[in-house]
Amino acid sequence: MIEVVRPGPLATVQDLGRPGRAQFGVPRSGAADEPALRLANRLVGNSEGAAGVELTLGGAALRFHRHAWIAVTGAPVPLRVDGRACGMGAPCHVPDGALVEFGTPTSGLRSYLAVRGGVVVDEVLGSRSTDLLSGLGPAPLSSGDRLPIGDTKHLGDIVVDVAPVPSLPETPVLRILPGPRDDWFAEDALTTLTTASYMVSPDSNRVGVRLDGPPLARARDGELGSEGMVTGSLQVPPSGTPIIFLADHPTTGGYPVIAVLASSSVADAAQLRPGQRLRFHL
Amino acid sequence: MRVLRAGDTALLVEADDLATAHRLNTALRDEPIPGVVDVVVGEQTVLVILDPSADLDLLAARLPRLRLPESAGGDTEPVEIPVVYDGADLDEVADDTGLSREEVVHRHAAAEYTVAYLGFSPGFGYLTGLDPRLHVARRASPRTSVPAGSVAIAGPYAAVYPSRSPGGWRLLGRTGLRLWDVTRDPPSLLRPGTRVRFVPEGSS
Repeated sequence: MIEVVRPGPLATVQDLGRPGRAQFGVPRSGAADEPALRLANRLVGNSEGAAGVELTLGGAALRFHRHAWIAVTGAPVPLRVDGRACGMGAPCHVPDGALVEFGTPTSGLRSYLAVRGGVVVDEVLGSRSTDLLSGLGPAPLSSGDRLPIGDTKHLGDIVVDVAPVPSLPETPVLRILPGPRDDWFAEDALTTLTTASYMVSPDSNRVGVRLDGPPLARARDGELGSEGMVTGSLQVPPSGTPIIFLADHPTTGGYPVIAVLASSSVADAAQLRPGQRLRFHL
Repeated sequence: MRVLRAGDTALLVEADDLATAHRLNTALRDEPIPGVVDVVVGEQTVLVILDPSADLDLLAARLPRLRLPESAGGDTEPVEIPVVYDGADLDEVADDTGLSREEVVHRHAAAEYTVAYLGFSPGFGYLTGLDPRLHVARRASPRTSVPAGSVAIAGPYAAVYPSRSPGGWRLLGRTGLRLWDVTRDPPSLLRPGTRVRFVPEGSS
């Protein structure tokens, strides 16, 4: 069992979410940086979809009331086990009773803790993920919470010592595919989007990354009927500055989507920090 | 029918009307296509989300040729939602429409509705079929908390709040029927194409 001593700015339990229920208005949710959670799970011999903890800007302290193997991926964060430094992207042994402490990430926003056996809080609609938009799943972690650890007997051996990952770029360039509603915008809107630099607004969260920058002009007035939205959509509200939808985005939306991130760029978007600059590339 | 790209793992199909969107949705659910992970009905669209390994071009070519069922499976009896008409906005709606309270209730309960699509929150269905005389704007400032079971209208739609949430729709009444329950499978009483009737409860 893991006891939350302090959760840091925001810590939630995440797995791969609730795909397949969008027709009922259930957001997909799950780890915002999905490849990072999958990697952390592989490093400790879990199935990739086991639930772990998503830390926002680090800062957490967790007491392990049982020995365990952990791995931390995503935003690079100083990690200490009973005061001893542990590396990122590597399996790390935690003795019974040890305190695992996270510093502040040097870049990126979200770090992932996987524990061998997985975090086995109760499932809601087939997932243990906290969905901050709809309130499904466990509440964000708070001091004193206790997280049960799953069975490890059936798991394969830990076979990797370290998984090197490229460092996060200072000014990420996110690849986009135009549409589905690029025809709702002025001809130069896509040019503006791909030549200007945008800045991440502080009111960004797991629902979406809000951006400050040059507005994208509409070519037509009127309202678009609500339609289904995918993760990575660049939805453009009347203000003209796009919002990048992340894991907890609503299933439908009424503002036109000028472009969608390539799925390979979604994880980079999930690591954007407030105040950070970014660019888009066709 | 027009098929648009929504990134590299989804297609947005523009249907000619809502009924066609529902029939396409039914077709995709009755005979699931391998690689499709989610199907999301909108006002006149169907979003088809694929597994990253699936072939988007192949599906884009296949969708317009898909054989659609005659109906969207709406032959079953409508879901009956019992309503106590004591909503906080009943007088306001009566004022705005020039109808009496009784006439507002009568018109709301007389219509037969169809769930167009779900959104806003889990289990929140946008119901079409509202009497045109009851098309009213949403509140200028939304309530921070609307109780679960609130029966409401806004624009051309009627709805029932499935759980407590903020909301700007005009409240006509309340129901004790649980529209959303995560312990149930499916958790939502409503799905796109479900027909709905509101039945006035008691006459106190």
